[in-house]
Formats: sequence, C-alpha cells, structure tokens
Amino acid sequence: MNAVLEALFGGFGKELLEAAESMGHFVFLVRSTFLWMFRAKIEWRQTLIQMARIGVDSLPVTAMTMFFTGMVLALQSGATTKHFFNVPLFIGTVVSFSIVMELGPVLTAIVVSGRAGAAIAAELGTMKVTEQIDALYTLGTDPVRYLVIPRLLAFLSVLPLLTVVSDFTGIVGGLFVARVKYDIPTVVYWHDIIDNMSVKHFVHGFLKTFVFAFLVSMTSCYKGVTTRGGAEGVGKATTQAVVISMTLVLVIDYFATAMLNALGIT
Amino acid sequence: MIEAKGVVKSFGRRAVLRGIDLKVESGETMVIIGGSGCGKSTFLKCVIGLHAPDSGEIVVDGLDITKLKTEREISDYRRRFGYLFQEGALFDSMTVADNICFGLKYLTDVPLSKYRRIASDSLALVGLKDVEDFKPAELSGGMKKRVALARAIAAQPQYILYDEPTTGLDPIMSDVINDLILDLQKQLKVTAIVVTHDMKSAYKVGSRIAMFLEGRILQVGTPEQIKNTSDPAVRQFVEGLSQGPIKMKLKEFEADEARDGARRGKD
Repeated sequence: MNAVLEALFGGFGKELLEAAESMGHFVFLVRSTFLWMFRAKIEWRQTLIQMARIGVDSLPVTAMTMFFTGMVLALQSGATTKHFFNVPLFIGTVVSFSIVMELGPVLTAIVVSGRAGAAIAAELGTMKVTEQIDALYTLGTDPVRYLVIPRLLAFLSVLPLLTVVSDFTGIVGGLFVARVKYDIPTVVYWHDIIDNMSVKHFVHGFLKTFVFAFLVSMTSCYKGVTTRGGAEGVGKATTQAVVISMTLVLVIDYFATAMLNALGIT
Repeated sequence: MIEAKGVVKSFGRRAVLRGIDLKVESGETMVIIGGSGCGKSTFLKCVIGLHAPDSGEIVVDGLDITKLKTEREISDYRRRFGYLFQEGALFDSMTVADNICFGLKYLTDVPLSKYRRIASDSLALVGLKDVEDFKPAELSGGMKKRVALARAIAAQPQYILYDEPTTGLDPIMSDVINDLILDLQKQLKVTAIVVTHDMKSAYKVGSRIAMFLEGRILQVGTPEQIKNTSDPAVRQFVEGLSQGPIKMKLKEFEADEARDGARRGKD
C-alpha cells in the first residue's frame, strides 16, 4: 500500500515540480525576449520571412475555416429563429457578433497555432537536437534574438491581420447561406450587421488577437528551444506546443473577455 | 593559452566533470580522449561558454569565462573561438556560403561585399570548390564536416575546438579531416582542442593528449608517452581492450544480475 501511495504521490510531486520548472523557464524566456528586443537590433529579414510563412501560408486555411464557420452559424441561427418566429431573423447580427467578437480571433489563433505554431516548434526543436542552436551561440548571436524575436514580431503583426480577413470571410460565408438558403436580400443582411455593431465590438475581438499571438508564438518557441531527445523529442515538443497553445487560447480568451468587458470595450 | 582550474559541472544529480585541471599552451593541439559520457564534450562546451561550470575557472588569454557578465564581454570572448560540432550543425535552411559567412555578421566588422570571397577562401582551405550555393542536405557527410570546418575558421579565430571531427566518417575521409586539422594548424597558427575517441586521429593531430575518465583527467602526455603509458586504464583505452580496470558492461543486464546476486548472498 505504502509503495502504491509513494508511487502515486512521488509521480504527482515530480510532475508538479516539472510543471513549475517549465513555467519558470517560460517566464525566463519571455523576460530575455523583451530584454533582447530593446538591447539589440531586430532581425528584420528574419521577421519578414516569418511573416510570409505564418501569414501567407496560413491565409487559405484560416479563410476556409471561417467561411464555413460563418455558413454554419447562419444555417443554425436561421433554423432556430425560423422555428420560433416562423421567419429567419437577425442572421447578419448573430453571425457578425459571434465571429467578430469571439470565433474570428479564437478560431484563427487555433488554426494558426496548429499550422504555424507546430511548424515553429518542429523547426526550432530540430535545430536544438542537431546543435544548430548551440552553433548560433558559437557564431556570436543569441537564439532568442535570432529565432524567437522574429517569430514573436511576425505573429504579433500577422495574426491580427489574418483575423480581420477571417472575420470578413466568415461574414461573407454567413451571407452566402442567408442569401441561398433563406432568401434574405444582401442589403438586409448588411443592415443587420451595421445597425447593431459598433467599432467597439470589432476592437474587442481585435485586441484579443495580440494576446493570442503572444501566447501561441512564445509557447511554440519555448517548446522548440527546450526540445530534448532526438526525433521523438521533436514530435513530443510539436504536439505539446499545439495542445498547450490551443488550451491557452481558449482559457485566456475567457479572462481577456472578462477584462475587456470590465473596461467597457464590449 | 587556455587554462582550466578545478572545473566541476553536473547535470541534475549526475556529476559530469569532477575537477578538471588542464593547460593548453598557445599553438599546441590538445587532444582529449576518453569513453562516451566521460565529460569530454561537456568540457569543450564549458570552454566556449555553452555550459557554465558549477565551480572552477576557465581562463583564456587572461579572460575568465565564468566571470564574464556583459554581452560585449561574452561576444569578445567567443570571437576568439571557432567550434566544429560533432554533426556539423550546419543551418539547413541556408546555403553553404550563408552558413560560412553567418558568424562574420556578428563576430567581425567585415563588409558584406567581402562575404562571398571569404566563403570561397574558407572552402578552399578545407579543399572544397564551387559548393557555395548548395544546401547542406545536398552534401555528403565528409563535405558537411568540411563546410562546418570552413564555417569555424571563417572569422579567423585564435582557437579552434573540434568535437569528434572524425566520428561517422569512413577511414579515408577521417584521415583527410586529420590532414586538414594539421594543415590549418600550420597555416593559421591556431591553438586547438580536439575531442575524439579515434586513437589514430589523436596520435596524428595531437601535440599532447589528455585522457578523461569519469569527469577527471587520468593522464596528460605527448602521443609517445600515451602510447607507452604504464597506466593500466589509459593503456586499456588506447589499445581498445574490453578487459581492464575500466569496467564497461557488455550487456546491460549483467550489472543488474551481479547486484541481485550480491543481494541474495547477503540475505
């Protein structure tokens, strides 16, 4: 019995300790990222390369995801209002509010973390296990400066833009269903949106994208640069980067929303 | 001159270096030999500052790596070194020329217009030509090692650290790399530390050889002294014998069986 308890608590304690240690290392990485950002020249060429990789390469998948999300939202809201009121009502309002304030920022961040975040963790992880990160040190630069900062800046600049495009494609997806399935005129759909939405609603969603960009990029970089143990380690790091990023986006979304509501940006 | 005094390094509970004292004179090539996991590569990484020793000093031309604080001090220190990684550690997203010139941007004030020329010159020193625009994935193992060597010497370091330069290469290519190390030694007049367990390479390139065992130095001597050593552990290693004072498990379970047997005996 003792052995079982010992094994149980021993394992739990070890996990807890490892989690606390990882958290400490993550905070340390964030700290040195900000220090390097103000201490040394930014690697603009690397930043532009990362912007192209994260932004251009993620655009089709995020646009398609949001187009279908807009479509399904229109389909569901139209069916529900039709069930209660015999006519599909406020489809534009439901679609635009849901997408601009929540689904646009959250789903875009999740899709980009699965695509670009995983790629970052795998690339940096491979660099770590093949000693390329050590090589950066020996060649006079710091991996945080050369690898982490360009990826963070690229995420911070590209994710908000991707979200704006996602918001638009989502709303257009909703319009497509409203028009084809429920025969709602385009003008009515847009009026639903314009009459009920304000800039504040857009700002609410837009501000959250910066938080998500920070979380996804730093988590992916952290998992990459702390990879251990060859090909298996790279696989683990990549999976963990995606899972942790997605979970963080969903959890922090709640707190960010609560904070923005408290600040009156809603 | 590189001087290590009482260097201790542990990873968690595992002590890897247990007090290394080693002096590498200017212009000499010190070869460090020893079995896997004896701390050779860790020592090399401590010298260049990739690992911070837990205690002890590593002094290079009067600069102690353990006492460097600012980025400028650290970068001045690193500028003195070229480092050849075991697997080359070439950046696979870059061409050969970009790999070779990478350090120039951070370690030197060489203008961008001269990069291409320096890449070609460095490649010529390691016996390669017209591979500047290749990606590392397009090169053979031996060529990768040479390109990595070209990268290590591009910024004209005073010290070159070689981490197992011949590991994974065929015997002829290993000898080619040994010749290159000797050539570079003559042409660039650098001080070098070579970590290896290839005895042929150690005898060929080394001015002196240091034998590491379990994080300590067992013996330091010229290749002749090491060849004719009276130390049974050093002799066992250099002659590559499975029997001797250095206990290596032939099968992993043998040690467990021996331990279990001893326990049963006590009971």
